Amino acid sequence: MKDMAAGNYLTDDGRQIGGVLMEMRNITLRFGGVVAIKDISFDIHEGEIRAIIGPNGAGKSSMLNVISGFYHPQEGEVWFRGEKRPPMKPYQVAYQGIARTFQNIALFNGMSVLDNVMTGRLTRTKTGLLAQAIWKGKAEAEETENREFVEKIIDFLEIQAIRKTPVGRLPYGLKKRVELARALAAEPKLLLLDEPMAGMNVEEKEDMSRFILDVNDEFGTTIALIEHDMGVVMDLSDRVVVMDYGKKIGDGTPTEVRNNQEVIDAYLGVAHD
Amino acid sequence: MPEQLLFAMEVTLNGLMAGVLYALVALGFVLIYKASGIFNYAQGVMALFAALTLVGIMEGQVPFAHLINAIFGTEIHHFGWHVPALLAIFLTMVVMVALAWAVQHFIFRHLVNQEPILLFMATIGLAFMLEGIGDIMWGAEIKKLDVGLPQGINDWIDVTTLEALGYGFFIDNLDISAAIVAVVLVAALIAFSQYTKQGRALRAVADDHQAALSVGISLNFIWILVWSIAGFVALVAGIMWGAKSGVQFSLSLIALKALPVLMLGGFTSIPGAIVGGLIIGVGEKLFEFGIGPLVGGATENWFAYVLALLFLVFRPQGLFGEKIIERV
Repeated sequence: MKDMAAGNYLTDDGRQIGGVLMEMRNITLRFGGVVAIKDISFDIHEGEIRAIIGPNGAGKSSMLNVISGFYHPQEGEVWFRGEKRPPMKPYQVAYQGIARTFQNIALFNGMSVLDNVMTGRLTRTKTGLLAQAIWKGKAEAEETENREFVEKIIDFLEIQAIRKTPVGRLPYGLKKRVELARALAAEPKLLLLDEPMAGMNVEEKEDMSRFILDVNDEFGTTIALIEHDMGVVMDLSDRVVVMDYGKKIGDGTPTEVRNNQEVIDAYLGVAHD
Repeated sequence: MPEQLLFAMEVTLNGLMAGVLYALVALGFVLIYKASGIFNYAQGVMALFAALTLVGIMEGQVPFAHLINAIFGTEIHHFGWHVPALLAIFLTMVVMVALAWAVQHFIFRHLVNQEPILLFMATIGLAFMLEGIGDIMWGAEIKKLDVGLPQGINDWIDVTTLEALGYGFFIDNLDISAAIVAVVLVAALIAFSQYTKQGRALRAVADDHQAALSVGISLNFIWILVWSIAGFVALVAGIMWGAKSGVQFSLSLIALKALPVLMLGGFTSIPGAIVGGLIIGVGEKLFEFGIGPLVGGATENWFAYVLALLFLVFRPQGLFGEKIIERV
């Protein structure tokens, strides 16, 4: 096993990155005869922003779904916080402290922004069903606590003005932000973002980038994100995994990856002569 | 005031009371449909089963007595004790929760992501199975259910209206308690869904399964929970109907009366189920009172369905249902 302490490193902008938080070992995922992920290993360190990039159909989303428990790989191991993780259902993964957003936005459209973000606190609510019905005082105290934390997140992401609006009525960019807020409300140890900037205009992309950096900076949240917009990723992330056709073709700092011939070929195409 | 108008008022009041019962049954449908997209045909049978079980427990009946006697040649029918109503209601609720678990564990867990029509067929199967189990467990004869609710004409209303209007309204005490219980039940359900963790989780599951999973909600747990709540609503409906007209197998047919209520109120709206139930209740009583004599009576059999049909044509999403928007 890899020496955890050896994982520590300093980023270009001088942030101290901690030991290994999550490690994927030789993951292979098949759908029938189609191999979506082929023998991929990489790790995510505490406090870093880790990107997974690649062209369409490279298997990035599949990888994120493996981490969050929506898919179960046929081969390989998932290690989280120094322990091998048994196959888990997505809701159990959430209880482990892994929160996520979705590429196509999965919000509760009938509920207000506030209620949506409150659902993010579910894994942090301890009083059970009967306690909530009978022991009102304790449940109420917890609800107030949750509410305060959620308001903090709402302030942080600058969505105070739409707190009471039903999510279904919001424009795309704001929906993405509400989804981020819901994930943050869980105080995750690892935050997974599936194409957080897909379908956004330049201004919205800049906003989102700023929020991602701020989240990492202020809460020290470890973030793994998927993007296919190279430019955005290079500015945001500390280290990058590059996937193509289900295989890993590059892994390193943005500068290293940018100069990797295989990565350049995958993105720009190779001349067949 | 003219006699006719007073009489119509009394009819309206009685219609409201009948509507409460329709609303209760419709409520059970809405709860399950919202959370899982399953149209539960067995809701009526659940009310019957709950009422049968309640009577059985209260009377100290031995479950499966016929079966046991047939196999072992014994002659047991009763334990020889009587269980007080409140304890029996609690025990019946335990049975309904167990039923909810079994339904989820043995049927719907295996049908996740299947076509709605398949899920519907499964509930039809469930309805017949549950009816059969109820028969084998507790016997098929009509039973009297008395949980101690007041019965008969409410004297106070009769006397007061007689003095004030010169015409005494006939309102059944049982209907009044049914209305009160229904109001309390709905208030409790709304409080539960708005202010508790599980209530919020329930609304979340109703909206988006994937997102619900990602915030740590176990779909399986929520579905058992929602079937349990529907079981509780069925129990309440079963008690009211059972106290009114005895516990008999035709009770399961009230499910069919709930259908027009749902067409009116919308399949996904709790307030819709209530208002729809009241409208149908009042509508069919008033229609019978006003138009019935002209067409030879018995309009209560079909009025609700015709009204539902009109709604299907002019407002298919119902009064409170989500608007159907078709995007190309």
